[in-house]
Amino acid sequence: MASRSADLEIEGLVKRFGEVVALDGVSLDIASGELLTILGPSGSGKTTLLKVVAGFETPDAGTVRVDGTDITLLPPARREIGMVFQNYALFPHLTVERNVAFPLEMRNVGRAEIERRVAEALGLVELQGYGKRLPRQLSGGQQQRVALARAIVFNPRLLLLDEPFGALDRKLRETMQLEVRRLQRRLGLTTIFITHDQEEALVLSDRIAVMNKGKIQQVASTTEIYERPANDFVADFVGESNIFHGTVTEVGSVTLESGRRLLIAHGAPVGTRVGVLMRPERFGQGVNSFNGEVKEAVYLGSSLKLRVACDDGVELIVRQPVRGPLPAAGSRVSVAIERESIHVF
Amino acid sequence: MSRRALVVACAAIYVFLMLPLLVVFPISLSSAPYMQFPPPGFSTQWYERYLDDPQWIDATVRSLYIGAATAVLALVLGVPLAFSLARGRYIGRTLLDRIALAPLVVPTIILSVGLYGLFAKLKLIGEWYGLVLAHTVLALPFVVLVIVAGLRDFDRALEQAAEGLGASRMSTLLRITLPLLRPSLVSAGLLAFISSFDELVVALFLAGPNMTLPKKMFDNILMEIDPTIAAVSVMQILLVSIVLVLIGRFGRGLSGSAR
Amino acid sequence: MTRRFSGVWPAVPALILLFFVFLFPVVRMLGFSVEAGTLDWYAKALGEGLYLRVFWNTFEIALLVTAICLLLGYPLGFLIATTTPAWATLGFIFVLLPLWTSVLVRTYAWMVLLGRNGVLNRGLIEAGLISDPLPLLHNFNGVLIGMVHVLLPYMVLPVYGAVRRLDPALVAAAEGLGASDWRIFWRIYLPLTLPGIFAGAVIVFVLSLGFYITPALLGGGKVMMVAVMIEQEVRQTLNWPFAAALSAVLLAVTLGVYSVAQSFTRQEAQR
Repeated sequence: MASRSADLEIEGLVKRFGEVVALDGVSLDIASGELLTILGPSGSGKTTLLKVVAGFETPDAGTVRVDGTDITLLPPARREIGMVFQNYALFPHLTVERNVAFPLEMRNVGRAEIERRVAEALGLVELQGYGKRLPRQLSGGQQQRVALARAIVFNPRLLLLDEPFGALDRKLRETMQLEVRRLQRRLGLTTIFITHDQEEALVLSDRIAVMNKGKIQQVASTTEIYERPANDFVADFVGESNIFHGTVTEVGSVTLESGRRLLIAHGAPVGTRVGVLMRPERFGQGVNSFNGEVKEAVYLGSSLKLRVACDDGVELIVRQPVRGPLPAAGSRVSVAIERESIHVF
Repeated sequence: MSRRALVVACAAIYVFLMLPLLVVFPISLSSAPYMQFPPPGFSTQWYERYLDDPQWIDATVRSLYIGAATAVLALVLGVPLAFSLARGRYIGRTLLDRIALAPLVVPTIILSVGLYGLFAKLKLIGEWYGLVLAHTVLALPFVVLVIVAGLRDFDRALEQAAEGLGASRMSTLLRITLPLLRPSLVSAGLLAFISSFDELVVALFLAGPNMTLPKKMFDNILMEIDPTIAAVSVMQILLVSIVLVLIGRFGRGLSGSAR
Repeated sequence: MTRRFSGVWPAVPALILLFFVFLFPVVRMLGFSVEAGTLDWYAKALGEGLYLRVFWNTFEIALLVTAICLLLGYPLGFLIATTTPAWATLGFIFVLLPLWTSVLVRTYAWMVLLGRNGVLNRGLIEAGLISDPLPLLHNFNGVLIGMVHVLLPYMVLPVYGAVRRLDPALVAAAEGLGASDWRIFWRIYLPLTLPGIFAGAVIVFVLSLGFYITPALLGGGKVMMVAVMIEQEVRQTLNWPFAAALSAVLLAVTLGVYSVAQSFTRQEAQR
């Protein structure tokens, strides 16, 4: 399939529903061929953003441009955007084949050409031989693939996926994630993927845009989002975290609100209010050590998760490799972390 | 204990509901010239009399095409109305809703008398299309109720999907929405047909000399009770049964729309 | 297309029909009642004992029919809602079949069943239970039986809906707490299905008020209801102004009952 993949510029989008501000000045650039995930809790505005891009909602302000052309007011039918809906939205009265053929029929593509491209699209999602079935005769994962085939068969300039794997079980979800990734790379298709599942976002994307309360909180690569979150919300929403606030009392050292001092590898000037993030799996050896009492210990198979109430008043979540028996609640432990492993924001 | 009592009580109520429908079967096959029960012997003479009487046949045919025309017109007008009521966002929609369902609440006798006065002036008494117009008014609420219920359960993501895939509003309507609404359309059309086919009060005033089947039956019941009417009744019951089977097979559940 | 009227235009053709074939003729007809510029016809309709009696009669019959329908319809709707799907389908068929059978067919059948020489009286006499036929037809009883038969399904369907909407977990919880069948019924089903019962009762009552066919045929001229009286005023007496006044009163009562009931239901829904 020839790619018509385009870049997308979103600028200053505002959308209100009565009193509710669903989009509060959202701007975002997506490069051609990129897979960007929009990650956020429900009600963060991510679905509204997708609907504005697809053309199902008109924004109160702001523009959407594809390859430099303003499409903000273009009806959805003329946007050339493929979309996979939350519940697939397969047409229940049409066979798999007719579902996939639908966008081509709407573009008056010739019969032979339709047949060829439908077969090709079904081949891409590995559903050869299922063409004559009705959607309800397929499993959830297969329906998902049909929806995907239908969204890409007409060479859209952009692919939008709205929490497409929500209804699938964990194992199938992981398979589908890898498949979408493979397909997207192969077609070089600019893709926006919406999810509230941070793990999914980390697996899939080139970049992640974290959304909350109608605003983009941070747009960055997956590692950057995880290692160097821009604020409390991102740090808390993506992955497990220990977040504290404090003031830089001398360069390279922070005093937390609890009075505890931490050594950091960050050059913020004295007096700066900062947040610090310590990922639970980063504890091991280090200059900052904590002594405390195990409140709770959970065996997770590959690792051990501890909740530790430290003597200096902070409470930490710590992950450790499994060594020996599970520490009992109430037993004393000592954990430590390097100054390089502490992220300051 | 109480469950069994409930079942027994309901069985008795069902007897009450079904008895009138069942009793006409033996009478229609009776050999007696007057109504007599149990029938003294078997005969198909009342069916023959019905079939041989041009008045009965004429009335039946008229009722059939009035019913069919009513169903078509009620769908043509009622389906867009239902779309507007279910999906429109405008001032006065609630009022419109009330008006659309008003023919269900306003006593038919009042509508009949009103139309009688107007149609007499317009020389429309006895015209079949006059009856079709009046029956359509009475059938509209059924169509609206059934289609609105169908639209309420309709997944609008399907329409968005179609539009996103390049379909115009019109193709979306013709290729996605209406085909998926077909069960509701079938139910609505059949209900509209039956409501017209069975309608008496309006026909009494507007049919003039041109009998509809219910009017002919009414006159027969008033004048002379011979078992011909039982034969007609049996055929009516069979027709309704067929329609109910059709609705069950191709339509949207009646119980669903009643809720 | 302004946003204020988005989606209104598909309603327009139907509205034109409703205006010319429903609203206009009815209002025009009702106008006849005050054509003379006075309210004399209303004074007659509501002042003279004879006509007042007919209104009262109609009201009484409607109330009685509603009560009987309630009594018969509740158990039926309840049973259909709580039985297995297969039985429920069957139960529905035998409610819907009568509902959609022509009222004329049913009225005729009741004449066959209830007449002096009808099926019922013959049966009872031959069984030796009575010596003289019971007066079941061409009187109050006949009208009542016929009307209940026509209107019963309108009661069953809302009750069914109300019972179905009930959360089965509530019943299970009550059973789990050791409540007896009757207690569950009185304390859970009945109060929670009250809106459904109310809706059904209002429909039955309102439809009863305007009944024509059944009283005309089964009443034998002895049971006068408003609709029958209106028909006679128009077609026999040709007294249009008076028929219009009677219609106006009937319409006012019908719509009055209906809207009061509607506002009740709305309050119920808000609670």
